[in-house]
Amino acid sequence: MNRRTFINGFLGGSLLATIATFLYPVIRYILPPKQAEAIQKKVTAAKVGDLAPNSAKIFKFGSSPAILINTQDGKLLAFSAVCTHLTCTVTYQGDTGTMFCPCHNGRFDLAGNVISGPPPAPLESYQVEVAGEDIFVSKKA
Amino acid sequence: MKKLGRNIFAYLNERFLLQNLFDLSQKKKVPEHPCSFWYYFGGICLFLTGIQIMTGILLLLYYTPSIDGAHESIQFIMSQVKFGWLIRSVHSWTANILIGVIFVHMFSTYCLKAYRRPRELTWITGFLLLVIFLAFGFSGYLLPWNELSYFATRVGTDIAGSLPLIGKWLKTLILGGSSVSQATLSRFFWFHIAILPVAAVAVIGTHVLLVQILGMSKPIGINEAKVKEISFFPDFLYKDALGWTLILVLIGVLCVFLPWEVGKKADPFTATPLGIKPEWYFTFMFTTLKLLPSHIIVIEGEKLAILAFMIGGLFWMFVPYLDRRAAQEKRSPVFTLIGAAVFLYIVVMTILTYTVRGL
Repeated sequence: MNRRTFINGFLGGSLLATIATFLYPVIRYILPPKQAEAIQKKVTAAKVGDLAPNSAKIFKFGSSPAILINTQDGKLLAFSAVCTHLTCTVTYQGDTGTMFCPCHNGRFDLAGNVISGPPPAPLESYQVEVAGEDIFVSKKA
Repeated sequence: MKKLGRNIFAYLNERFLLQNLFDLSQKKKVPEHPCSFWYYFGGICLFLTGIQIMTGILLLLYYTPSIDGAHESIQFIMSQVKFGWLIRSVHSWTANILIGVIFVHMFSTYCLKAYRRPRELTWITGFLLLVIFLAFGFSGYLLPWNELSYFATRVGTDIAGSLPLIGKWLKTLILGGSSVSQATLSRFFWFHIAILPVAAVAVIGTHVLLVQILGMSKPIGINEAKVKEISFFPDFLYKDALGWTLILVLIGVLCVFLPWEVGKKADPFTATPLGIKPEWYFTFMFTTLKLLPSHIIVIEGEKLAILAFMIGGLFWMFVPYLDRRAAQEKRSPVFTLIGAAVFLYIVVMTILTYTVRGL
């Protein structure tokens, strides 16, 4: 290696290092800082009597929507309302007794399983308990 | 008055050498042949971009980029600010028409094989502009913070999140966290008014510069004797201006009779409304995702579709290097057929989305 090649390489390398020195803090600045999500294990989803049979309600479970269903025969069920396909929020359809995602026509039964459409996985089901006037929903152990 | 005008011109000419520019514009020629009608769509794109910049700057005066204030500020613009409805409707309608015109410009250029040597980079910069303007549409769609835009953003960012290797990282980068929130709105606003305009100006500059250096492409096999040449200034520009005027009238009529709606304010804890669709230019991909089953052999249908669209996009971008026959000034019917198939696919899927119930 002659002196000219060495100087060229050294200057080029220095330039690249300088650019990297400026870029690194900018890139780190653009990437959002990691924030701990509030983990909620149990929430009050509704009051007893809020939901007529064969109806449902969307409620906040941590930072995501969840769905509480009062089935035709009065059974209370709860699931994550986030569709496993592309994260739209599912809705309950009383006429078919199923959960439906309007974004890409995904349909789930009342066990959370996929009946039709593109969702690749079932909806996460939650535990429901009634204590006094309140309906509590919690993650299954 | 005439003398004053002459004096001002002489003053400016002495400093900016304007006469040289006029001389150059007089020398610039544009070929005229049976297909030269399609040349005008490039100029219309540029004109509509100018409208977007002007109306966008005006909207900034009242728009608030916060989840508590965005929807309200759009309502305020539409109902309280004098001519606010007009400025916002012009911005929204023009955004949609601009993307439509970009598609027309792209497919006409493709059919004329204008991408062939030495205009490969003109094509690639044009493709990048399509991507930039689709990003403008996607980021601008969320800004009013309404129900449709909120769920469209959730779907769109989740698609980005399912890309192999970089998906999760990219989704966090776009959303500014793990879900669509204030951080997302701030980022989309930042993309929409800072990053994308800078990128657009740089790429448009390169695209237009390449058109100036290389001139307009003539179709393969055209009889040179039949090709006339007209001067860019004023002949071509007058015709261009006629197209701009017509499209401006169309935008005006649309804004008066169909002012852009504000929609219902987004509520992250409500069910996704039935019949939800993204903006029309994304519907062909949206409907494809809807029609695919959850799994194709062992791969998730959605992932396979995204992969296919990515490969298709890369093919489209690098078509000047793949179409070897066009590069040798020979007709390339295979590539014409591929272009026609892509065009038909987009048109049919878009029409199906709006006409078939449940899609």
